[in-house]
Amino acid sequence: MIRFAALFDAIDRTTKTNEKLTALVNYFREADHADAAWATYFLCGSKLKQLVPTKLLRAWAAQEADIPPWLFEESYHTVGDLAETLTLTVPPGNLASDESLSTWVEQRLIPLRGMAEAEQHQVVVAIWNETPLEMRLVILKLITGAFRVGVSKSMVTRAVAEYAGVSSDVISHRLMGTWKPTAEFFEKLISKEVQDTISSQPFPFCLAHPVDPALFDPELGPGGIGKISDFAAEWKWDGIRGQVIRRDQQVFVWSRGEELMENRWPEIESAAQLLPDGTVLDGEILASLGENQVLPFAQLQKRIGRKVVSNKLLKEVPVIFQAFDLLQDAGQDIRTLQFSERRRRLENLLSTVNHPNFCVTQLIPGNSWDEWSKVRGQSRAMNAEGLMLKRWNAAYEVGRVRGVWWKWKVSPYTIDAVLIYAQKGHGKRSGLYTDYTFALWDGDRLVPFAKAYSGLDDREIKKIDRFVRQNTKEAFGPVRSVAPALVMELAFEGLQISSRHKSGIATRFPRIVRWRHDKKPEDANTLNELMGLLPDSEPQG
Amino acid sequence: MKDVLESTSRGLYCVPGDFYIDPCLPVNRAVVTHAHSDHARWGCKRYLAAKPCEQLLRMRMSPDAEFRFLPYGETITIGGVQISFYPAGHILGSAQIRLEYQGLVILITGDYKLGYDSTCDSWQPMRCHHMISESTFGLPIYRWPSQQVVFESINQWWRDCREQGKCCVLYGYAIGKSQRLLAGLDPTIGTIYCHGAVQKGNEAYRRTGIHLPETTYVGSVTGKHDWKGAMVVAVPSVHGTPWLKKFGRYSTAMASGWMAVRGARRRRSVDRGYVLSDHVDWPSLMTAIHECNPETVWLTHGFTATVARYLVEQGRDARVLDLLGRDLGEEDKDEEESSDEDFIDEPIGQGNESPEIEATTS
Repeated sequence: MIRFAALFDAIDRTTKTNEKLTALVNYFREADHADAAWATYFLCGSKLKQLVPTKLLRAWAAQEADIPPWLFEESYHTVGDLAETLTLTVPPGNLASDESLSTWVEQRLIPLRGMAEAEQHQVVVAIWNETPLEMRLVILKLITGAFRVGVSKSMVTRAVAEYAGVSSDVISHRLMGTWKPTAEFFEKLISKEVQDTISSQPFPFCLAHPVDPALFDPELGPGGIGKISDFAAEWKWDGIRGQVIRRDQQVFVWSRGEELMENRWPEIESAAQLLPDGTVLDGEILASLGENQVLPFAQLQKRIGRKVVSNKLLKEVPVIFQAFDLLQDAGQDIRTLQFSERRRRLENLLSTVNHPNFCVTQLIPGNSWDEWSKVRGQSRAMNAEGLMLKRWNAAYEVGRVRGVWWKWKVSPYTIDAVLIYAQKGHGKRSGLYTDYTFALWDGDRLVPFAKAYSGLDDREIKKIDRFVRQNTKEAFGPVRSVAPALVMELAFEGLQISSRHKSGIATRFPRIVRWRHDKKPEDANTLNELMGLLPDSEPQG
Repeated sequence: MKDVLESTSRGLYCVPGDFYIDPCLPVNRAVVTHAHSDHARWGCKRYLAAKPCEQLLRMRMSPDAEFRFLPYGETITIGGVQISFYPAGHILGSAQIRLEYQGLVILITGDYKLGYDSTCDSWQPMRCHHMISESTFGLPIYRWPSQQVVFESINQWWRDCREQGKCCVLYGYAIGKSQRLLAGLDPTIGTIYCHGAVQKGNEAYRRTGIHLPETTYVGSVTGKHDWKGAMVVAVPSVHGTPWLKKFGRYSTAMASGWMAVRGARRRRSVDRGYVLSDHVDWPSLMTAIHECNPETVWLTHGFTATVARYLVEQGRDARVLDLLGRDLGEEDKDEEESSDEDFIDEPIGQGNESPEIEATTS
């Protein structure tokens, strides 16, 4: 565990990719395979299911630190990280022993879940007593399920690949889907021998790069990506990216977050029974009433997170699988074939299957970039986010590889709003007021309508932090209301009527575009102006 | 207490004695706790401070001012108010100010820390009726590790860097933190260099009789120089500026109480963050209040309201002392001496005031 805590620390204190990579590779070299498996598991972002309710952890920490619960909460709002607050408030313990990561996880942490509260309490207090700060932080992060450190899954993949001497595309594929972090798994992961694919295992997704729409060239397109004849254009659908796998007479539907979505999309799962064995499709799950009648994302949202889907909801929000790529055909991995060939096979395959819940996304005809640019302008009406541009002769790559797939999104909505509440941030922004609530005018009232966290640089954050401290009107717990003085331009992707929001409207992905120093609060937009941006805008009461 | 001390726009004012304590604007008579610039302001006519503060205060204040220095524990009476200084353990010459007027004893802690520091006298408890205490780090998340452990890890970092052929750049405030760091460094590892502002502080410390390891002023090194394995102690404001270029491959570290929190550490974007503070942490703040056992505690700086609420729940009379005239509000200090000239977020590398120029003027 000392070694794993040291790895966490080494990754945490540097921003340089090379140093992180070296730290990872060194760890894999020294760790036994069971530890390496768990390390890979956690570093790739997998979590243990909640082991102990955080409410109890907070109460016990306050007790151990001999402080009242409110003081623990105040500390938490300053630190901005629960595991770290649990680590810092309790006086440090003395290292009792150095059990391995796998021993810790398997014998001390996982058993916590089944225990009675009193027993859990005993174990957690023992952890506090036996751990110095660095190790305690890592263990508590595993317990709270908030283990995040500055590495991406692709960096871990690269490190394992370097250590194992196996190409990172192969490692990436072997790390897809669900797997058990055991020594055996890790040995297979790093094995140089070719292995059979496990039937449920998805392929790594190919991801698109954004183009810069400001750099439009009539010959070379947006961002100057190339000649129009080199590209196919499709709608960029706003649904859930997924892979449908048909192997060994079974069906698996995976999300891009590598979650196996069992029983969530019965329409798709049943239709997939018709696919020939040894087929893998890439596409988008969409709420749709039929061909070209895609519903807004907000509708699909009603079905997200539902483990069991009611018949009523099935009727109200039916879904389809809009396929746009074929990765495995008749048992053969065809990712290295050109897109034109994969597309031809996809069309053939789905025309044979011929099921309304499986559509091939249509290619958008066009003879010039200008023409496609016009089509892109209709994206919102189609409930699409813009266009996808795919290179005809490219293979299906692993991850975000430049030049293969481009996303050409429509410009976001923007509006000028007034900052009215602020709260301290998390992680790197701990202790600073970085989480803001914005409001729009409704008559002479400012109505809160969106929260935004990102978009400002460090210098601006510092200025706003100072402003908040000097202009606080009231504090409600961790939230401060401030004098309405700062105006920011906000951008967001979508709008939806909502009864849950005070303003009656919900925004999707709101973020700050820039600080409008040139505007006074009274120059900010009104709620009515926001309503006017709704796709089927009708006057609201 | 109001009859004796009041909070004014120029700072804390002693009514019967007609003097200010750590005024934030120039005044006629200033009684100062220590030489950091957010406590000792330039431009006052007369300064009264503890004797060991003399070298630092004279170095930083205008020579035209009138100075008077009082050894720790001695008393001077002004307007019927007995003033005496006791060690605060913050930096060299830092003092708690004890005021006694008609039997009422008020203790102004200034900035202080508990525990041993070889570069200054240690804090000692003082019984008082009113205690005005700082609470910069007044949250239970702040618990300082032993300085021995911190110095060991700093020296280990230095050894590692020496092996990798790198130069170490360690940031501390020009006076106080830097000298405490110097005293903890192991000079057998390599040569120690100092930024001009630090070197100037070192000289004042040495003149006061504080032993520090041998240091060389960075600006005195001319021509091509091999900085591998060297330790450079510098002010935080040089971080990210071209001043660092000359050191070739280097690793940076910051020593501060704020480094206790991971987010603050990462935001600083230094390679190492060491938790070393010259302020009281949570446990020592509680110890100090317990030992001074005042009837009323007044809190200034940092988490004032939080500490006051906690103390009240513990059955002690505790209040927030609003220090007027300070431009920054509660919890605002991301630096231990935010208004010191070494404020990291306003790098001197901009405009005509480059760190090079600053270094050569010393």
